[in-house]
Amino acid sequence: MDILDLVGNTPLLRLDKIAAGVPGLTLLAKAEFCNPSGSVKDRAARAMLQDGLASGKLAKGRTIIDATSGNTGIAYAMMGAALGYAVTLYIPANAGKERKAAIRAYGGTIVETDPLEGSDGAYLAARAEMESRPDLYFYPDQYNNPANPRAHYEGTGAEIWEQSAHGLTHFIAGMGTSGTFTGVSRRLKDYGRGIHTLAVQPDSPMHGIEGTKHMASTIKPGIYDENLADGVVRVGTEAAWAMTHRLGREEGLLVGVSSGANVQAALSLAESLPKGAVIATILCDTGERYLSEPFWDAPIPADPRRR
Amino acid sequence: MAVTILIPTALRAFTGRQSQAQADGKTVGEVLKAFADANPDVRQHLYDENGELRSFVNVYIGDVNIRNAGGLGGPIEDGDTLTLVPAIAGGVVCEPEQKP
Repeated sequence: MDILDLVGNTPLLRLDKIAAGVPGLTLLAKAEFCNPSGSVKDRAARAMLQDGLASGKLAKGRTIIDATSGNTGIAYAMMGAALGYAVTLYIPANAGKERKAAIRAYGGTIVETDPLEGSDGAYLAARAEMESRPDLYFYPDQYNNPANPRAHYEGTGAEIWEQSAHGLTHFIAGMGTSGTFTGVSRRLKDYGRGIHTLAVQPDSPMHGIEGTKHMASTIKPGIYDENLADGVVRVGTEAAWAMTHRLGREEGLLVGVSSGANVQAALSLAESLPKGAVIATILCDTGERYLSEPFWDAPIPADPRRR
Repeated sequence: MAVTILIPTALRAFTGRQSQAQADGKTVGEVLKAFADANPDVRQHLYDENGELRSFVNVYIGDVNIRNAGGLGGPIEDGDTLTLVPAIAGGVVCEPEQKP
């Protein structure tokens, strides 16, 4: 057994305190921070690397190269260390310092790209480097690699369905590469039980929901299947922060802002649904890698149980 | 001469795709307000409903984050460069000509 065997099979948690305001509905959250590098990205990273090993494209001596705003990079760096491959990651310079520190702790190399160009700038820079010296690299290309959503089709989606005892009615999640949303939604649709799948989007292209892509105007990932979204729920950064605070203080879940955005969107959706609905979302990563960020010092939203 | 503002890709949809702008003012806050007045679609993405600069928008004069210097009330001079940077690294708008 090695570290790659610890990926997946995460718990599906009930968020009963958060759901107290929507009686008769069930709010479930997949605890992806339980993956060994602390985020949902372990699933896609493992699938893409195993795919490369199986096809021979990830040959001995090659360096794993990709663009990331952090979590996929941490997963590659962890797995590269375990499998014996060098890892080079293109990351916007404004990515959080804990994530860069984690990548370096696993022995990964970071190339910082222009913060004004964001994750699309990192993507274009990684692709240009790979194309200039293709013999040196294995380029998983997480935005366009079908192994990314497949990991969620075979893993996350099937796990959620089984763990909800086949009672799930709605799935809602945000999108970075869109791998989680696309793979899980496709699996749930294939059960033929009329499960609704909804996408979470930041309410502005200038937002603070780390790892989440504003799809309307960014480079659309090749793996993104927009036909899978039955609807879109928009979340503001401040509301995502407030829910991230609540998850820590009311549920004992220290998670990142994208998890807060997902749960906030799930709660907004729940308010529009009839009793009996069972809604699942994703807790994408641990909050420990954001503790240096100033939003923790923002005013604490009132706890409704203490009013 | 005026202050040059470097605009992140995330905001260029609201500035007619311009990556730079010029604005006048004696303080950082005045320059940003002049920029928002000239590009009214930008305003809601920079300021919250109370008119405060959104906390995930970082403003730099050269390499210095204004939160660690004089804030919005800090002085700025003609010829300075002011950079607007989202506090996070994910999810910004790409120029259309770069789309694959």
